[in-house]
Amino acid sequence: MGTQETQPLDVASIREDFPILDRMVGGEIETPGEGSADTQPLVYLDNAATSQTPESVVESIVDYYYGYNSNVHRGIHHLSQEASVAYENAHDRVAEFIGADGREEIIFTKNTTESMNLVAYAWGLAELGPGDTVVLTEMEHHASLVTWQQIAKKTGASVEYIRVDDDGRLDMDHAADLIDDSTAMVSAVHVSNTLGTVVPAGELADLAHDHDAHVFIDGAQSVPTRPVDVGEIDADFFAFSGHKMLGPTGIGVLYGKQHLLEGMEPYLYGGEMIRSVTYDDSTWEDLPWKFEAGTPVIAQGIALEAAIDYLEEVGMANVQSHEELLAEYAYDRLSEFDDVEIYGPPGDDRGGLVAFNLDGVHAHDLSSILNDHGVAIRAGDHCTQPLHDKLGVPASTRASFYIYNTKSEIDALVDAVDDARQLFA
Amino acid sequence: MGMGSDMYRQQILDHYKNPRNKGEMSEPDFSHTGENPSCGDTITMNVKLEDDEETIEYVTFTGNGCAISQASASMLSEELRGMTLSELDSMDTDDITGMLGVDISPMRIKCAVLARQVAQDGAAIHEGEIDLDETTTEEDAE
Repeated sequence: MGTQETQPLDVASIREDFPILDRMVGGEIETPGEGSADTQPLVYLDNAATSQTPESVVESIVDYYYGYNSNVHRGIHHLSQEASVAYENAHDRVAEFIGADGREEIIFTKNTTESMNLVAYAWGLAELGPGDTVVLTEMEHHASLVTWQQIAKKTGASVEYIRVDDDGRLDMDHAADLIDDSTAMVSAVHVSNTLGTVVPAGELADLAHDHDAHVFIDGAQSVPTRPVDVGEIDADFFAFSGHKMLGPTGIGVLYGKQHLLEGMEPYLYGGEMIRSVTYDDSTWEDLPWKFEAGTPVIAQGIALEAAIDYLEEVGMANVQSHEELLAEYAYDRLSEFDDVEIYGPPGDDRGGLVAFNLDGVHAHDLSSILNDHGVAIRAGDHCTQPLHDKLGVPASTRASFYIYNTKSEIDALVDAVDDARQLFA
Repeated sequence: MGMGSDMYRQQILDHYKNPRNKGEMSEPDFSHTGENPSCGDTITMNVKLEDDEETIEYVTFTGNGCAISQASASMLSEELRGMTLSELDSMDTDDITGMLGVDISPMRIKCAVLARQVAQDGAAIHEGEIDLDETTTEEDAE
């Protein structure tokens, strides 16, 4: 897919679809929304945390609630049928978007974290035991790291971490050493939310499969930013979140190979996921509903489909090249300063984010000063605390880009960093 | 400019760059350490009391972290001199923002009050009022 011809994005016209990008910030924050004391134009560079939402996605939610709001799979009235068809179709659309075989392999969850927990509980508790290892990377998000760490404690399995080298790349020789016949699961981030590293997920899957282990890829930062095909990777499980790809909060996706999902017991019990119930026992609904207990994320699932429509209109290969363009520009501009340390691989080999520190200025101070300039970035450990320990810093400042960001916004970031430098000099 | 620029007015930056009373204390009446895990801020407050066991003679601190947390510790170390332990105990968040002389944005207030919380917890332990084995953490520093 990397060889696909790409076209530069028409950012000016994309920005028109995102009303929030026009707002001012900087005044009092007790009342949400723009107020008269907000005088700084917003420069939104926190997309790896959450992306903004285009009008078409918001409209899909409005259309649902105003037009056919109803519970799914339990009424034969007209609205329920409309909602059910739309909700089921959203699964098909997601399956098509990531190269899954069909809706049976697409489970709607709350977010990537819940997708991870679903597999850790439904598969991990049943399958893991003493002598088994779960292989992670040193740059796992807490969603994966904490989940497997705790499931390992419950089951007596052990956890091992594939090293990240000094350039922020995954040490694939170490991966080959660690993954052996004791390995039951390899769970790896696809694009690091801190280093921007793009992990060779397909190679990890091959290593895992050579030893009859499963592989779970955390696609929270990859699906929003590049073409992803779970079949090409040969992932057994794959997860991502809607709100990082123009969708609403409250919707995540778990992809699982059908035969694996069929072999797993449900994670949550209740309505919607059952076929028949007696006072003594119950049987489960077909995939994917077996894993969607209770009233599911109907509006959010339908809105996720609208987000995918928007992204495919832009073209995922174009999204990726725009991300890479901005990442390289930001990397180069921030590299102009000797007192800025950037974490992760070089500018021409990373996803669309740059995490860094300005020497002598704590990341939280820096982010407060950037905020004065209207620049929204993330400061903290980005849910990768052990990785920050390894880097030897308590926190970092992360700028992350999306389809509506421009080079001039990165210039605004760099000017603000320079301002902080002078303030603290 | 918004709240944040006010936050970094000269006084805060001065105390951050040139901290007062920063260092160890050889024989403190009590010392206590606290941290703010989400920021990585850590503060140890060392307190020497007058012979009356109630009046604070002087205070030193050590630690590292963001400018707000460290400047607040520096300023508090000056502020506490001559105060009684009961006056320390009654200090609240408004007293700290008053001392700092700036508006602290809601997401940063925990940084600002960490030193006060550490001093209060240290005093309470000293007086046998609470039994805190572990260091003060963000959750305590409300």
